[in-house]
This record gives sequence, C-alpha cells and structure tokens, in this order.
Amino acid sequence: MNLDFGQIIPSLPFILNGILVTLRFTVLSALFGFALGTLLSLLKISNIKPLRWFAEFYTSIFRGTPLILQLALVYFATPQLIGYKITPIEAGVFTFSLNSAAYSSETIRAGIMAVDKGQREASMSLGVPYRPMMLDIILPQAFKNILPALVNETIALLKDSALVSTIGVLDLMRRAQVVAGQTFLYFEPLLVVGVIYYVMVMGLTQAANVLERRMRRSD
Amino acid sequence: MIRIEHLVKSFGPLEVLKDISTEVDSGEVVAIIGPSGSGKSTLLRCINLLEVPTAGHIFVGDVDITSPKCDILKVRQNVGMVFQHFNLFPHKTVMGNLTYAPMKVRGLSKADASKIAMDLLNKVGLAEKADQYPSRLSGGQKQRVAIARALAMEPDVMLFDEPTSALDPEMVKEVLDVMKALVRTGITMAIVTHEMGFAREVANRVLFLDGGYLVEDAPPDVFFSAPKSDRAQQFLEKVL
Repeated sequence: MNLDFGQIIPSLPFILNGILVTLRFTVLSALFGFALGTLLSLLKISNIKPLRWFAEFYTSIFRGTPLILQLALVYFATPQLIGYKITPIEAGVFTFSLNSAAYSSETIRAGIMAVDKGQREASMSLGVPYRPMMLDIILPQAFKNILPALVNETIALLKDSALVSTIGVLDLMRRAQVVAGQTFLYFEPLLVVGVIYYVMVMGLTQAANVLERRMRRSD
Repeated sequence: MIRIEHLVKSFGPLEVLKDISTEVDSGEVVAIIGPSGSGKSTLLRCINLLEVPTAGHIFVGDVDITSPKCDILKVRQNVGMVFQHFNLFPHKTVMGNLTYAPMKVRGLSKADASKIAMDLLNKVGLAEKADQYPSRLSGGQKQRVAIARALAMEPDVMLFDEPTSALDPEMVKEVLDVMKALVRTGITMAIVTHEMGFAREVANRVLFLDGGYLVEDAPPDVFFSAPKSDRAQQFLEKVL
C-alpha cells in the first residue's frame, strides 16, 4: 500500500469544480426529463390511439438501447446528420433528458392512474376544463405519491452523468481521470470523486425527505 | 328544468337504463330510489354527462346536453354534484376546495370567491374549518364541505348521489339538515338516496327505478302509502 493523497492536493480545486458541472448537468436533465416525461405520460393515458402508440414506441426505444450508445449517437452522429456541431454538454443534456423522460413517463403514468377517479369526476362536475384539472388537481396528487420514485430517477441521473466523461465533458469523473493521467495515481483521485458522488446523493436524499414531509402537510 | 326523453344507457352489452322519460320542474325536489343495481346513480350521472347516454335526449334548461354541439363545461357549471365519497381535493384546504372552481372556471377574483365561500361555510356550520385540510374533518363535515363546494358555483340544479351512504349513522343527520335547509332555498334537486324518511319528508316526487326501468313516478304520499307496482311494494316492505 503506497497511497499518496499529498500529490493530488494541488489538483483538488480542479476536481471540486467538477461538482458544479455534474450538478448543473443533472439538474438540467432532470428538469427537462421530468417535463417531457409528464407530457409523455399524458399521451399514454390519452384516448387518441396514435398518441399512445407514439409514447409507447418512444419509451421502448430509450429503454431498449444502452444509454452510452444513445449518447454516442447524439454526440458523434448529429454533426454528420444535420451539420450542427453539438457541444458535449448539449449532447449530454439532450440525451439524458430524452432518456430520463422515457423512464419517468412510466412512473408518472402510474401515479396519475393511482389518483382516485372521484377527483376527476369532482373536477368535471364543477365544469373544470381538462388542462386545469390535470395541472391543479390530478398531477399535484400524482407527484406527491411518486416523489420517492422521482428522487430515485434523479439519483440514477446523477450517477449516470459520469457517462458524459466518455464524450469529453469535464465532469467529476473526467476530472478524476485527467488528474490520474497527470500524476499516474489512480486510486486517490477516483476515491475522492467517489466520496463526492456519495455525499451528493446523500444530500439529494435528505432534500427529498424534507420536501416529502412538507408535501404531507395535508394528510 | 330537466327533461329526460327516452334515455338509454348501456355499458357494453349490459343495458343499465331502459327508455327513461321524465321531467323535473324548476324548484322541484325529486328523490330517486330503488334497489342497488337498478340504475339510480347512472341516471343521475347522465344529467351532468359523467356518463354519456347511449340514446335519447336530456335537456337542462333549454340546452340539449346530448347534442354534440353542446358545451358540456357550461352545463356542468350550472349543475352541482355531491358524491357518495365526497371527493374533496385532499391537497387543498376547505377554503381552497370552495374557491378553486369559482376562480378558475367562473373567473371570480380571490376576494369575491372567498366571500361566497365564507358565506356558504357559515351556512353549513363549518366556518371555523376554512383553513383545515379535508383529512382533518369527519365524514359528515366532509360532506357538508362538498355540498358547499358545489354550491359555490351557484348552480340552478343540485344532484346528490347517495350523499349519506358512506357516513357513520350519527353523522347522517347533520348532512340531511344541510340538505333540508337547501330545499327551502328553492333550488332544483335530484337526490339518489336510501333514506326513505328523508325522501318522504322533503321530496315533491319520488322516482322508483328497478332493473333499469322507471317503474313509478309519484308524489311521496302516494308512493309510500299506496305504491302501484308489485316491485315497489316488495321494495318498501323490505326497507320501511
């Protein structure tokens, strides 16, 4: 055992800056993924068959292929296809949002179905149109029920975000590799970012607990 | 106020309502009774299109609500409904439950909606519960809030779908009292109920349904003392 954390101390600020990159990446992907996932879930419960088919086909594609392949396709194939030179961050957020939407749409759909149908009937009987009924009555109750599942999805996103290191985004993971390349020390930088990921996930879990308690106010 | 012409409702192969025709005048209180599975609730739910009729016409006011051109949201604003299981919005306070639709649908200001809501809460005796969430209320209180919520839209017609069936016995009276007070305001009411005493006391007319047919349509004195059909006689023997 010859661990030498002393050698990577000068690189610590470089590694720590990666926290922001990873965090921003995760937050953006989670938000876009959630919005798109909600939209897809509404298509899945719609009465219009082609919309349902589309949403289900979409989900099957993103669940049926590896995320790293989707990422590579978006990053390397987009310039070839449409001539737009996509940045690694854009490619990452784009792919992760689309992918996360596929997974969370299933969760959200289940959450909507679990809301008592009396809620829908009560809204309808008051003359409330579909949009406000969904936004104000059904979805808030659905989200409350599926909050733990959505937190899991966000945690998965946070950890999977390490995959963007493969297309050159200077996130936490990639920075650990860069430091390892400079110092020829592998264990130390990887261990450091491992701890950072762990702390971030724990923080997210705690934040979700607080949010969940607040939302249970009405019980 | 409500005119039903040759109404038929089927769920798949099962015909639940068979050629129902009747009328409810403005200000009239109609009790709909009958054994379970007779189609009472379905009939009521057709009047605000929670169930879409298979055939026939229903007029609310002058509007044929079964016509494809009808703006059903408009009709529903004018037809309040109270459900067996209350269906209050659990994530909104009592006040939030009462003001939501008036603000969202009728476009009232928060102040105006709150004023109407407070007024109604006073009438149902629950003004002090305005800031509570429904989960903190008893069944009887929930149902009184639900009645106030429907009234907050200031409808001309109120539909009640077994409003006391999910309540503990000691809470039935408080809800019936609120409904009796409502009868005195002269609003048109259709009530699906198993409370025979209540039906007899407040209804102008009783509709007796059995097996999807409208078997009797009579004033309560006539219906309860001298029902014409055998089926109604048997039913009354069991429940009275």
